[in-house]
Amino acid sequence: MTTNIDEDVATDAVPPTKRQLRAARMAEAAGAGVKVLVIKIVSLGIVDAIAVYALVVLLSQQQWLFAAIVAAVALIFNWIYFSRRRLPAKYLAPSILFLAVFQIFTLLYTGYIAMTNYGTGHVGSEEQAVSSLMSSALERVEDSPTYPLTVVDRLGQLGMLVTDPEGDAQLGTTGTPLQEVQATFEDGKAVATDGYTTLTFAEVIARTDEIVELVVPASDDPNDGALRTTDGSNAYLYTSALEYDEAAGTMTDLRSGTVYSDIGTGAFTSADGEELLPGWQIFIGLDNFVLALTEESIRGPLLYVTIWTFVFAIVSVGSTFFLGLFLAIVFNDARMRGRKWYRAGLILPYAFPAFLSILIWAGLMNESFGFINQVLLGGASIPWLTDPLLAKVSVLIVNLWLGFPYMFLVCTGALQAIPDELSEAATVDGARPWAIFRLIKLPLLLVTVTPLLIASFAFNFNNFLLIYALTNGGPRDPNATIPVGFTDILISMVYKVAFTGQNRDYGLGAAFSILIFIVVAVIAIVLFRRTKALEELN
Amino acid sequence: MKVNKKSAAAAGALITVGMLALAGCAGGGATPSESEEASAGAVTVWVDAERVDALQGAADAYTEETGVEVELVGKDNATIKDDFIQQVPTGRGPDITMGAHDWLGELSTNGVVAPLELGDSASGYLDVAITASTYDGTVYMLPYAVENIAVLRNADIIPEASTSFDDMIAKGLAAGLTQPFVVEQGAEGNPYHLYPFQTAFDAPVFGSDDNGYNAEDLQLGSAGGEQFAAWLSSQGKNGTAVFNTDIDGAIAKENFLNGTSAFWLTGPWNVGSAVDAGINVAIDPVPSPTGEVAQPFAGVKGFFLSSESENAVAATDFLVNYLGTEEVQLELFEAGNILPALKSAADTASSDPIIEGFATVGADAVPMPAIPAMGSVWEYWGIAQAEVINGADPTTTWQKLAADVQAAIE
Repeated sequence: MTTNIDEDVATDAVPPTKRQLRAARMAEAAGAGVKVLVIKIVSLGIVDAIAVYALVVLLSQQQWLFAAIVAAVALIFNWIYFSRRRLPAKYLAPSILFLAVFQIFTLLYTGYIAMTNYGTGHVGSEEQAVSSLMSSALERVEDSPTYPLTVVDRLGQLGMLVTDPEGDAQLGTTGTPLQEVQATFEDGKAVATDGYTTLTFAEVIARTDEIVELVVPASDDPNDGALRTTDGSNAYLYTSALEYDEAAGTMTDLRSGTVYSDIGTGAFTSADGEELLPGWQIFIGLDNFVLALTEESIRGPLLYVTIWTFVFAIVSVGSTFFLGLFLAIVFNDARMRGRKWYRAGLILPYAFPAFLSILIWAGLMNESFGFINQVLLGGASIPWLTDPLLAKVSVLIVNLWLGFPYMFLVCTGALQAIPDELSEAATVDGARPWAIFRLIKLPLLLVTVTPLLIASFAFNFNNFLLIYALTNGGPRDPNATIPVGFTDILISMVYKVAFTGQNRDYGLGAAFSILIFIVVAVIAIVLFRRTKALEELN
Repeated sequence: MKVNKKSAAAAGALITVGMLALAGCAGGGATPSESEEASAGAVTVWVDAERVDALQGAADAYTEETGVEVELVGKDNATIKDDFIQQVPTGRGPDITMGAHDWLGELSTNGVVAPLELGDSASGYLDVAITASTYDGTVYMLPYAVENIAVLRNADIIPEASTSFDDMIAKGLAAGLTQPFVVEQGAEGNPYHLYPFQTAFDAPVFGSDDNGYNAEDLQLGSAGGEQFAAWLSSQGKNGTAVFNTDIDGAIAKENFLNGTSAFWLTGPWNVGSAVDAGINVAIDPVPSPTGEVAQPFAGVKGFFLSSESENAVAATDFLVNYLGTEEVQLELFEAGNILPALKSAADTASSDPIIEGFATVGADAVPMPAIPAMGSVWEYWGIAQAEVINGADPTTTWQKLAADVQAAIE
């Protein structure tokens, strides 16, 4: 490809175009001078050093998959950059890597979570749920004493040397009930006995796993309970309220006799539907998507929240764009003095952190104490943020304030790029200023800014921060059974549905995010198609 | 040439970051097992970032005494609970985390906490602290501090404590104040701060039994609840306007600090700024609108043991036998200025009249319910109160609240 262009440049006497120049530079670089080679080797060396370090860490952690990925990526990068060809790859490789890490991986992972029941009560594995249930089911035998404990060892088997309330020493091991033994006492506590080695505190800690499993029956009767220790220096008598049958996969409540079995919902469930929590994480396919679209309590508000989300996004884009455009045109007029200063002033709202601005607006709009009602309106009590309709207007006003400087900047740039000759020619042809703007400037402007308007739409469609910080979706809809409000947009409603109160439903939240992603993506694709048509028109 | 140098350097930088990101993804899991190899006994503790220094001394002393390394990790208080729930099941969580008792329902439902046996030391703690640390009959938390709200009184304006709610308002009006009493509210209400008044009408949220609060016994909608709603309405927008949902935390604070209001129902976290503003602060019990005692919620702070801890014995020993000592509890008290949960430490701390004031109110406080059903209550409770304050019919609003909560729990 490069040779072709070189030939073109050589054969044609016409001065080279910008594109040809760039191609020539690329070709020269591919041939590589010494300096470039050094830079290349040094930067690749740094990258490889980091890759090797990452490999060492990953391999020591036995993260085989990640190690393989890092190794493969490192090899591919070396191959690409040491090769004399593969010019496009040299430019594309880094961005593709980032696309994969930050976009594709995130999307796939969200999709995976959406197909699980990951959420409150279903965070771990079945094994973890069982062990947690069993440890919570332990009940200390009522009015039983504390047994001061010394952990002892014989031939690798641990035993408990405890001092009973009468002051006698008793010894037992897992499976062997307590028996009275002769022992050495220190401050009334048995500390050693013949035939056993006493463990020091450090040894106790080093053998934590064995200590946790050390269960010494108090007597031959299992109803008397068994001694367990959690800190290695005191033992207590416990009975268990649950029994786990691993073969059948059931939990039995020993007090009521209820049998809880694994029926494939990710928790032990009794015959009448009662669940034992914690449960565990399972794959549930498309259930979350079905729930998101059919759940009665969500479906009602979903409709008007969706409508408001569209209204909010479209009005926000429209209002910020037209105000920004209007100001850009006004300040683009060379006759205005000191316009640099005005421009700087107009950009200020864009320069403040949005979060701060929103909180300040929330304060300004407070009904009884806000600056707007108290000072500007002389003590009026207008419910800016608490009336369903007015709150929507307030949200749009605040978003206009936050968003117009960006549009102002963009439009100022785009307007300056439109040659003055065009409007001069139109004036000569007798066009009025409004016609010049509508028929010449606006279409040219739209070609440049439409992609930005689409991006702004997508941003506002998911403008969680504004809603969350200004009204938190309020005022609440008193008729809805979920805590949704009149200014909630889809993303803030999803947040409330999936994460309110003590329940976190990551699966449902992920399913909703994917649905929202699909909506935004479809709109963006359709709009971009239309922009292309606009470009061709010109 | 220039373009090429730049792009080569940029590409190098990009790849570097990419590799780091990849290594970082997997490297997150590296720390616990690495430190595990370094020493047989190491305990990782997640601590509210503001209390790391207070705990550092105790951690060092414990290491010296037992040889067990204690690694304190400062965490943002707002994210610590969700992080704990997410990371414990992966095996990468800490052994111990600092937290509050009202997390218990969630932590236990997710199976990420292990029971603690306090043994005989349990009797050394304040009763409210032990009740709050118990969930479904089992103790899961080592308590270190008890927090509750009380009335801050500007003693320069009102020299004497008030005997009842009406007396408080009357005293304030007599002193020439138009808004004598402030309490933090908001567009969605703030039931935590109004709870003492509700309990004065004998309308707790849940009934309780031996195992703690009983989710099946919702008492919110009892006759007392409706009386409370009627009273709240009479003190709202269409009545005396003592309560106003436009008064948020910042406005309440400002009114008290500039002397517009002489009574402020708030917690110990606001005492510092009132004292700094030069106000002669006295701590009073919450004045009751009825003859009954107004009982605020108690929030108990403490430490939880992870159910997946690989150093459970050392971690338990550190918690029960070390953090439960008077010395450590006092150190934590000095960092946070909240009443210690251990009786002996609480007595020492109560030599300060402000702490003593809160402790007196705390003696009547009830632990905030930690059962998961409470989440459903929070969703509807504040909004209903805000509606009542703003003039909605108290009886029907309250009945709807009770019905909504009941439906959400089921």
